[in-house]
Amino acid sequence: MTANAAGVAARAAEVRSGRLAWGSMAAEALEAQGAWEQGAAPLNAFIALGPHADRQRRPRDGPLAGIPVAVKDNLVTGGFPTTCGSRILEGFRSPYEATAVRRLRRAGAVIVGKTNMDEFAMGSSTENSAFGPTRNPWHRERVPGGSSGGSAAAVAAGIVPVALGSDTGGSVRQPASFCGVVGIKPTYGRVSRYGLVAFASSLDQVGALGRTVRDAATLLEVVSGHDPRDATSVNRPVPPLAAACERGVRGLVVGVPREYFPSGLDPVVGRLAERALRALEGAGAELRDVSLPHTRYAIPAYYIIAPAEASSNLARYDGVRFGRRCRDADSTERLYELSRSEGFGTEVKRRILLGTYALSAGYYDAYYGRAQEARAAVARDFERTFRDGVDVLFTPTSPTPAFRLGERIHDPYRMYLSDVFTVTANLAGVPALSVPIGLAEGLPVGGQLMAAHWREDTLLTAAAALEAELGTVGSPPVPSGAGTA
Amino acid sequence: MKDSPLEAVIGLEVHVQLDTGRKLFCADSTAFGAPPNTAVCPVCLGLPGALPVLDAGAVDLALRAALALECTIHPISVFARKNYFYPDLPKGYQISQFERPLATRGAVELDNGRRVRIRRVHMEEDAGKSLHDRFASATAVDLNRTGTPLIEIVSEPDLRSPGEARSCLQHLKRLMEYLGISDCNMEEGNLRVDANVSLRKRGSERLEASTEVKNLNSFSAVEKALGVEIKRQTRIRAEGGAVTRQTLLWDAAGGNVRVMRDKEDSQDYRYFPDPDLPPLVLSAARVASLRAGLGELPRAKHERFRRQYGLPAYDADVLTSSRPLADYYEAVVACGRQPKTVSNWVMGPVLKTVKRGIADLSSPGLAPGRLAELLVLVDEGTLSATAAKTVLAGMARTGDPPGVIVRREGLMQVREDQVLARWVTDVVTAHPEEVARYRDGETRLLGFLMGQVMRASGRKADPRRVNQLLRAALDADAG
Ligand SMILES: [Zn+2]
Repeated sequence: MTANAAGVAARAAEVRSGRLAWGSMAAEALEAQGAWEQGAAPLNAFIALGPHADRQRRPRDGPLAGIPVAVKDNLVTGGFPTTCGSRILEGFRSPYEATAVRRLRRAGAVIVGKTNMDEFAMGSSTENSAFGPTRNPWHRERVPGGSSGGSAAAVAAGIVPVALGSDTGGSVRQPASFCGVVGIKPTYGRVSRYGLVAFASSLDQVGALGRTVRDAATLLEVVSGHDPRDATSVNRPVPPLAAACERGVRGLVVGVPREYFPSGLDPVVGRLAERALRALEGAGAELRDVSLPHTRYAIPAYYIIAPAEASSNLARYDGVRFGRRCRDADSTERLYELSRSEGFGTEVKRRILLGTYALSAGYYDAYYGRAQEARAAVARDFERTFRDGVDVLFTPTSPTPAFRLGERIHDPYRMYLSDVFTVTANLAGVPALSVPIGLAEGLPVGGQLMAAHWREDTLLTAAAALEAELGTVGSPPVPSGAGTA
Repeated sequence: MKDSPLEAVIGLEVHVQLDTGRKLFCADSTAFGAPPNTAVCPVCLGLPGALPVLDAGAVDLALRAALALECTIHPISVFARKNYFYPDLPKGYQISQFERPLATRGAVELDNGRRVRIRRVHMEEDAGKSLHDRFASATAVDLNRTGTPLIEIVSEPDLRSPGEARSCLQHLKRLMEYLGISDCNMEEGNLRVDANVSLRKRGSERLEASTEVKNLNSFSAVEKALGVEIKRQTRIRAEGGAVTRQTLLWDAAGGNVRVMRDKEDSQDYRYFPDPDLPPLVLSAARVASLRAGLGELPRAKHERFRRQYGLPAYDADVLTSSRPLADYYEAVVACGRQPKTVSNWVMGPVLKTVKRGIADLSSPGLAPGRLAELLVLVDEGTLSATAAKTVLAGMARTGDPPGVIVRREGLMQVREDQVLARWVTDVVTAHPEEVARYRDGETRLLGFLMGQVMRASGRKADPRRVNQLLRAALDADAG
């Protein structure tokens, strides 16, 4: 824990200078992970844990030298299975590695494990995992958010300082908010999706989680950049992101979109958001009321587009070439039917059905076509706002703090609403970030920042200022021996 | 059909494999005949997380095809997913183009002068192969073919007979081969044809229910199957029945069509734009440069070859079958040789050498100037035609100029009368009986005696001069 508590950049420097052994932090991470599994309410943040660091023969210097990193289980990773939290991929080992993971290794990082997630990243609580739910380290009867709940919990629990997640509709930011850590979803095209198992290809983006804004920035900088293997990755220079954290917000125009502060907002979340805005103002930022009028179309559009793409992306899990295959099928059709009905969980099936329906002949225009129009309208809202001089938007990340395990799992619509503030950034492709802004009765609350395309640096400047003004939310109590939370 | 009140309405869908040598969205080879599942990678296997990246070379070939078919090229076209489950379709969808294809509204002109409109040309990836006869109780899947670059050319239903359909296909094949777009090898599946057929009252514009005939893997299959299907539809209508929309499979062995599926329960492919691939944006400059690179198309070249060089249709056909061949022919003629002689040599010995893989048209030994030198030696009478073929083979093999080979191998034609007369005398002396019969009027024996002289000379004698000397010898002594 002690080694992992300091900033990633400083720790990596110690490894490079030889003051810290290359594998020591990874060993501590595995030890900490073991402690969190003790007792009646294990954290269950990981689906697979790494071989000991010494067995990873990779460059031992670089910006993440010796830093233990956890990787969401939908990024294909050498030496680990990649399951996406699904039975259908149980035990699947990819013969190739995701670009983002390769960049981690090249930067000297040690991959310590694959983190738990909602199956195929479909969910907002990490309860839709075939390998059991992950618990929130702050309160073990609460969810960590999702779908990158394992990564957020692992960082919050102090097991690793940074982790990779993926964000399709809020899957990095919402769990970051629930777990009191920083989570950033970069601009669509900033990080290669090669090797990120697709959920909704036009919305998916690899994201970074960290204990601090600087740590998240350091991780994001390592994985960013053009990849010729991903036709949607964009070839433009990555600005120095860690350095952006030092800039300060004086003169920065912070837009406050009224659609993100509805009357139904949890009052504690509202109060903490208000306090965060005052803090930004106190640090020299200018606040400006703005409107993003098409926000209300975002959730319906998202729940057409994402399932439509998913219904096609998940067609390859058919039991023919890899993954789970039903052995009792007597025809090809039965093979598909049985392998898929045994392999996929309820939420995945629900979305495949929704998406298949939305793309069907005769319904395409009414659903998929209209959803694309709504998406374009949402994107235009952002364009206009940023063109009118707003540098960054501030909103709550999620309408509530972490809810209870089981509370929403049978109520998909309420579950979907926990992404109400986050899906817009995915639809528009703009970068967005969640930073802790306080505790509500012992549960962390996150504030969301959104900026124009490619302006991750602005997000990080504003987030670092908030972190400095508000102080961190601290860490959840460390488990001791076999005790429970 | 000629006197029938009905006419056939035929449209073609032609899949052509692009000769890029690699797959459309990954770099695997598309060479034919690799062991099953060896030309594969995460992308074409559809492994979790793998992503397609479009090959620009395939786009260029597809554009050449579309331009040669006089199509309108769309500055923005979109790749779409065609979703269906099949064991040899690893992703569960095929990447194709649907609402926004690469090109639309083109035309080809048939030999009878009729224009057939082309509805669209789009790009897509091929699926793999299911092998049903490899194992007794299981279907095997070979994914080497998966991701092979194809264009689909769809014609309007402008064809009126099986013969026209065949002629249209021949024209398409010729164009694709000539422009180096595809080798159009039908046995290897590099050119595949489906045909839509319906019948209607002659002169009517009404669209009737059509059937789609698949598995047409040769030109004669296209012609035969369409003939059979037109007869079948004619019979149904004569009996007062109605043709239903069906997909039919041509059975070449049985000479008939069988129903593969009813169109009514056809699948919903749930096409939508592929979010992994940005729209294909083509600059006007790129299209213009490809258009300029097309040059003279085969039909125009064919006509010019006949006119300018006085070649028979057959020669013009062969010589304009590919651009490198046509260019080669013209380069040899430009060296001052007689066009028909050059044609004979190029279509004969030169192409034979190329087909045997000894050399190709760009090999130094077969350079147009070298072939012209060789033909000069033949024209001068320095080399016999037979010897010249030997020299050509030597040129192809070694790359040496013809003069060097002639000297090295002593292939120079013998033309000195003294030497030739001795061989003639020897033969006349050695065959008194044949000579006597010749003199009695059996003149066809001249050929036999010529042969004997040529053999005696080791085939080096100048046959024209031998002929003269032999006649003189036989006729002189006739008394
Ligand atoms: Zn491949």
